[in-house]
Amino acid sequence: MTELRDRPQHMADGDLPPGATPRSEIGAGIRASFAAGLGMVPIGIAFGVLVMQTGLPWWTAPGLSIAVFAGSVELLLVGLMAAATPLATIALTILLVNFRHVFYAFSFPLRAVRHPLARFYSVYALIDEAYAVTAASPGAWSRWRLIALQASFQSYWVGGGLVGVALASVLPGTIEGLEFALCALFITLTLDACRSRKQVPSLVLAGLSLGLSLVLVPDDALFAAMLGFVGLLIGRHLLARRSR
Amino acid sequence: MTGTAYLLAVLAIGFAITFALRAVPFAVLKPLRESRLVADLALWMPVGILAILTVSTLRSSLEADAARLLPAALAVAVTVVVHLIGGRRTLLSVGAGTVTFVVLVNLL
Repeated sequence: MTELRDRPQHMADGDLPPGATPRSEIGAGIRASFAAGLGMVPIGIAFGVLVMQTGLPWWTAPGLSIAVFAGSVELLLVGLMAAATPLATIALTILLVNFRHVFYAFSFPLRAVRHPLARFYSVYALIDEAYAVTAASPGAWSRWRLIALQASFQSYWVGGGLVGVALASVLPGTIEGLEFALCALFITLTLDACRSRKQVPSLVLAGLSLGLSLVLVPDDALFAAMLGFVGLLIGRHLLARRSR
Repeated sequence: MTGTAYLLAVLAIGFAITFALRAVPFAVLKPLRESRLVADLALWMPVGILAILTVSTLRSSLEADAARLLPAALAVAVTVVVHLIGGRRTLLSVGAGTVTFVVLVNLL
């Protein structure tokens, strides 16, 4: 992956913007994580409670959040592990649910990060929220800001899970509806990514793909919708190339 | 029922598959970087993917309880309006939408 370093630098990718310091960039990365963190912490707590309620050992919560670090599949895995699901089924489930990550590389600003270990961490911690926040404001990412964003996300998620584990043994019951924060975040990010009318065709194609997926394969709608959307965009690309 | 070895195996499988899905596309990005298709996808994909994630998180919130349809609709409207009128301050919009939803779900 280090060969990406050698590509022509159109701009000083990942370097400090004028007037910034590593410290101010780390602060900016942490601030950029707050909105998504508002959604991740309550879901993390719910995840920790779920682990305890299904009778799995407490370390399964931080274990999943460090080894896998992908919220939706971790929540799924709790149920599958408690039922002692065969490992092959578990592998296939993880592959399908997490397949969307394949598309994130296209616009994730990994080029901002140079150090091999930091690059490893940035790829490993490329969760939906990290992709979403960076996609909504491309070009703003120094290496300090990006890593601070991702490390903040992971600390919210692991920390939320541990709080949930502790909470499960003390008081059962959580605040209903807090998980809406995650949905609200995606709404604002969609609005931010859709500032010009040029984005409307993509939105229509995404709606078409999602609508068909919800009707045809409701159980795998997320996976099917993303795959279908990419398929439609490839079709759009072929049409556009013909008229170029 | 579920031994430690089994749980550790799940963690190892989960790490290997998820990391591969995240890393492999970067490894083949360089030959794809000159591609017109990739340039188009990078430009067109984010808004659609974000919209799909929006609807699917909304859907999982509704699946918990169908009576949440009205609270969810109002909370979505509050989030959108606050975001567009309030100067696109994400934390403010997310906070307003979430508080709306939590209050309505617990009151209705």
